Amino acid sequence: MARKPKSLPKSTKSKSSSGKSKARAAAALKTPEPADFSKEQEIEAYRNMLMIRRFEEKAGQLYGMGYIGGFCHLYIGQEAVVTGMQAAISDGDQVITSYRDHGHMLACGMDPKGVMAELTGRKSGYSRGKGGSMHMFSKEKNFYGGHGIVGGQVSLGTGLAFANHYRNNDRVCLTYFGDGASNQGQVYESFNMAKLWKLPCIYVIENNRYAMGTSVVRSSALTEFSKRGSSFNIPGIEVDGMDVRAVKAAGDLAVDWCRSGKGPIILEMQTYRYRGHSMSDPAKYRSKDEVQKMRAESDPVEQVRQRLIAKKWADDADLKAIDKGIRAVVGEAADFAQKDPEPDASELYTDVYL
Amino acid sequence: MPIDITMPALSPTMEEGNLAKWLKKEGDRVVAGDVIAEIETDKATMEVESIDDGVLGKILVPEGSEGVKVNAVIGVLLLEGEDASAIGTTSSAKAPKPTAEVLAAAEPATEATNEVAGNVQVIIPAVPKSDVSDPDIPAGVSMVPTTVRQALRDAMAEEMRANDNVFVMGEEVAEYQGAYKITQGLLEEFGARRVVDTPITEHGFAGLGVGAAMAGLVPIIEFMTFNFAMQAMDHIVNSAAKTLYMSGGQMGAPIVFRGPNGAASRVGAQHSQCYAAWYGHIPGLKVVAPYGAADAKGLLKAAIRDPNPVVFLENEIMYGQEFDVPDMDDFVLPIGKARIHQPGSDVTLVSFGIGIRYADEAASELATMGIDAEIIDLRTIRPMDVETVVRSIQKTNRCVTIEEGFPQSGIGAEIAAQIMQHAFDYLDAPVLRVTGKDVPMPYAANLEKLALPSVADVIEAVKAVTYRD
Repeated sequence: MARKPKSLPKSTKSKSSSGKSKARAAAALKTPEPADFSKEQEIEAYRNMLMIRRFEEKAGQLYGMGYIGGFCHLYIGQEAVVTGMQAAISDGDQVITSYRDHGHMLACGMDPKGVMAELTGRKSGYSRGKGGSMHMFSKEKNFYGGHGIVGGQVSLGTGLAFANHYRNNDRVCLTYFGDGASNQGQVYESFNMAKLWKLPCIYVIENNRYAMGTSVVRSSALTEFSKRGSSFNIPGIEVDGMDVRAVKAAGDLAVDWCRSGKGPIILEMQTYRYRGHSMSDPAKYRSKDEVQKMRAESDPVEQVRQRLIAKKWADDADLKAIDKGIRAVVGEAADFAQKDPEPDASELYTDVYL
Repeated sequence: MPIDITMPALSPTMEEGNLAKWLKKEGDRVVAGDVIAEIETDKATMEVESIDDGVLGKILVPEGSEGVKVNAVIGVLLLEGEDASAIGTTSSAKAPKPTAEVLAAAEPATEATNEVAGNVQVIIPAVPKSDVSDPDIPAGVSMVPTTVRQALRDAMAEEMRANDNVFVMGEEVAEYQGAYKITQGLLEEFGARRVVDTPITEHGFAGLGVGAAMAGLVPIIEFMTFNFAMQAMDHIVNSAAKTLYMSGGQMGAPIVFRGPNGAASRVGAQHSQCYAAWYGHIPGLKVVAPYGAADAKGLLKAAIRDPNPVVFLENEIMYGQEFDVPDMDDFVLPIGKARIHQPGSDVTLVSFGIGIRYADEAASELATMGIDAEIIDLRTIRPMDVETVVRSIQKTNRCVTIEEGFPQSGIGAEIAAQIMQHAFDYLDAPVLRVTGKDVPMPYAANLEKLALPSVADVIEAVKAVTYRD
């Protein structure tokens, strides 16, 4: 039985959404207007989002072919969130997220080969094949995982922000979690401490409307997740998470907020996941029409493509060339991930203790 | 009849305290609820209130007295119509009525429990004196009597002085000076940046600590007791213990989770559990459970320096106990090495933490029966020093394990399995386990004693493995 939500995400009608949120958040922060992207920024955003999309499509294929095992949570549809946020932070800022993490890793600049090889459980994977889809890290790129317990990364991210505060440096931590994690108790324990100690933590709630198969209206007493910090006086703003420019503008605002010592802030990214929760999702909890409508009207990659064309900053041939280049990189990563050997049996007992 | 005013217990484990101050003098009229005196221990300070209206007839213990036993009569309250001539009629020698209102139940004083009716044995033996020197302490080093509490505090303070990345975080660690005064004075020395009071949110601050550790800081997370760490289990196990492996060695969590573990006294089922076996189960964690003050200090310093997550299990009952600690600038013990607490030849008693007290007391009694027991203090639960245990079994051919935890899948079960695997041919009797009974901890004093392991249990088990009657 397909269950149809009462309404589509507000992101499909972004004008009225931003108007409403302005009125609601009058006392606190206002959702900024989408950033004004230059040609270079648009092309960069297009390239980065398309990279995630093509990578995830390939991961889905490899899963179907049996190269990827276990759980595999694809990020398709949500690309604008990490792409916009990553554009707002600087080197040295930290990123941490849940198990739907491939997009975050690519956005952080991690090597697609290393990520794909981890997905296939091979020795050259970021975790030497011992982490898998849900557990990858890169100290070099300040990516702190990759966490499989819903909500766990929120306390951890708050701790990363605590370390910044302790060291009195200028760094901020992007702590991503979903609408599902937003109902976990430790999220609020973390909010409380973050505000109490004014920790530089940006809580990015990726509201993709479904906690696994349970829609937000069936799981959440308050579905306006930007308000979830109100008990702690943490400001929050709603953001059209399908528009990379809106994300970037909100990210800039949040980074400024944190760097100026005001403590944590919440960004509710209204987004949408096209694929199932994981690869074994029966997709019975939402209609195909709903998914189709989002793809047709709000696709984050398509939005940028249309702007590039409309502004004559690129033509079809240019964009096809970009796509071709990305497909080559992803294809190479997939080949590598299939040919790379499995970890040596001796790896079983390494990295348990230092 | 006049009422005896007795020394109250500030906590279930308090045995004695100091009478800091009398706030009323002999002849003063008092009404119920008036504060008449102040008492203190190394752990806390408290006011003694009068429970009835009357006149403070006599002060029996002057202010400034130290080491006043719980339930000792410290003064006499004369009721309406009584005068000083009635004082001699009090029943001080008999069981005194508690005349001070205190938060906790009266202390089941260690010595007093010997007299408890029935054939229930002493639940917590007095601290024995061990004449076995620790091989890790260099000869010629002078020893300083130190409580376990001071030793733990000194360990943290020394490591915090040496490394700015080390900080302590938990409930009441700063301004309150520690719920059990383990962090006393740290706030003053290191400031609020490094001694951080948290809200009562174990899950949250444990996770926050692990995140800070992943960023390279060295948090010491104090749980008021490990019972509350159940809330934080996910981060201890899923985040702290597994990150190094899941990241292919890229990042781990150099963090210490510490606090009192196991039964205290009369605090009921939810506050009286040993978690050694729980954490001992998890690869990626190190689990330390020291007995005396020297081990507490040397092993806590090692735990703080260890790049891996360490669960450090203390015991509330031991906090006030004094032991010799070597007077060294930097006394650090190796994690993962057991210690022969007492050499012997007839049977091996393996235990850790407060269990060593049962072993010690039992060994003394066994000696009178001609049984020479060797006591091994594991000190570290994980990684477990199986080699030292096996070597001992090869000599004694018999083994009894002692722990306060539950029997199933406990530390004793693990030791028995290890001995089966590595010393089966040396065994002359099955390995026996002395454990806490397989029930939630009851509150009633008699039932609690029955639920805990006892010296009698140990002696009985040793007799069984040595085939004595």
